Amino acid sequence: MKCLAIAKKDIIMYYLKGPVVIFGILLPLFLFLAFWIGRELPLNFLFAGLLSMTVFFASTSVSPVIAPWEGQMRTLERLLACPVSVSTIVFGDVIASLIFGICMSFVPLLISFCFGLIPSPVIIPAIILAAFCFSCLGLLFSVYPTNLPSTVMMISSLVRFPLIFISGIFIPVQELPPWGKAISMLSPLTYFTDIARASFGMDSFLPIYTDFIVLLIFSIAFLALAIKLHERALLARL
Amino acid sequence: MIAIEAEKLRKRFGNVEALKGISFKVKRGEIFGFLGPNGAGKTTTVRILTGIIKPDSGKARVNGYDVVEETLKAKESIGVLPEVSNAYPDLTAWQNMMLIASLYGMRKREAKERAKELLKEFGIYERKDTKVKGLSKGMKQRLMLCMALISDPEILFLDEPTSGLDVQSARMIREKILEIAKEGKTVFLTSHNMDEVNMLCDRVAIINKGKIVTIDTPERLKSRVGGSVAIEVSFGDRVELNMENAERFGDKFVIYTTDPYKTICEVVDFARKNGVEIISINTRTPTLEDAFLKLLEVER
Repeated sequence: MKCLAIAKKDIIMYYLKGPVVIFGILLPLFLFLAFWIGRELPLNFLFAGLLSMTVFFASTSVSPVIAPWEGQMRTLERLLACPVSVSTIVFGDVIASLIFGICMSFVPLLISFCFGLIPSPVIIPAIILAAFCFSCLGLLFSVYPTNLPSTVMMISSLVRFPLIFISGIFIPVQELPPWGKAISMLSPLTYFTDIARASFGMDSFLPIYTDFIVLLIFSIAFLALAIKLHERALLARL
Repeated sequence: MIAIEAEKLRKRFGNVEALKGISFKVKRGEIFGFLGPNGAGKTTTVRILTGIIKPDSGKARVNGYDVVEETLKAKESIGVLPEVSNAYPDLTAWQNMMLIASLYGMRKREAKERAKELLKEFGIYERKDTKVKGLSKGMKQRLMLCMALISDPEILFLDEPTSGLDVQSARMIREKILEIAKEGKTVFLTSHNMDEVNMLCDRVAIINKGKIVTIDTPERLKSRVGGSVAIEVSFGDRVELNMENAERFGDKFVIYTTDPYKTICEVVDFARKNGVEIISINTRTPTLEDAFLKLLEVER
């Protein structure tokens, strides 16, 4: 499985890179603390939000940096000269990113266990699907063919932060005005947050199966788009 | 039997026409040199032949596979050492070898045996667990060649394989190239090092401004230079030698001539008349570099 070899390479090369650690681990933690401290909020609401942010930030922090770094380190041509297609390379990057997202999700889950909150098992497939979906989204951040990871991180921050605020993490979708509800439906994070809330015993805005189906549709669309756009972008990086 | 075939390859990048319909054939078992000044289209040609980019028009076949229609099959049959390329710096030498072996679909056991054999041959086995960023430039380049050879390819594309290397590493790589050719494999060699090309290649193609200028053996190319002898002369003072076919190279002049006796007399007369001392004077046959420069000059 060539994509697994690429994923293994990505794991060794990129998991400990600065932007990955900052945007994937530290940022969701700081956002959570800013959200939590000084506010009287129910714990299940808080941990559902923390879990959503963690999976989202972690899964979208690895995939965008791979291509610009490969271009900068001049390893990309070596990789492209091997008998692998662009879709295999993209899929390998997605796997590495999704594993990071899944692993990071253990942190909020373990903390919630410590507080006596056990989410329902539906959260496991939801985390896997959401991590996959967000990893594919992360790849779209790096289609602009620059070899500067900082530029890609800036582009990804421009997309990620607005998404955090429209996806029902800080304010439940139910409480948003009609236009806010409409906008929140455009974000894949809304659907995962909805499942997370339900798994922590709260009311979901949509039926859970709808959340899963929409997340799956987003994933397929993001992956197809990422493969198509990276076919051009990777060559422009040489 | 033809190993590599390019037919009317064209490639444009924006307003720049990098390749203007180049055609050539490389025979199996041949070491084929590909020379040209910077920006001539060498790297574009190599990238097309190795399936990294697609030509705008024209055909290229490598090991019988069309590089556009059967890209993966073509890639599986070749080994590539790209010019502008590095091994993964945070992976060890061994991990880099295993990564490439996996991407070539090699079995683990076979990959390990081959990697061990190659790393030992190139003197890197003792450092196999060192991260690439901790290796010297020579070791990194030797590792890159090992990575290109891991799948035991029939055809090897080497883009500037010895550029910037220490003498020992460069010699090791050259010896290996000759060994590979002896095994009946084909080597497509791009280099700026004329001595290297002269020493290694069976035939040489010269490319300039996206067009093939000529394809011939190194010896025939050398014989094409304005005369059969080059006279190299160095004077005690800096002077201008206004003779036909005289070119300055640092503190020396090189004069291409078919009549060395007459030319030497003219040089001596020039020195006497101008009161300058001749530090050294010697004759030599034109080098491949002379031929290369002459052919490019004609093109201009």
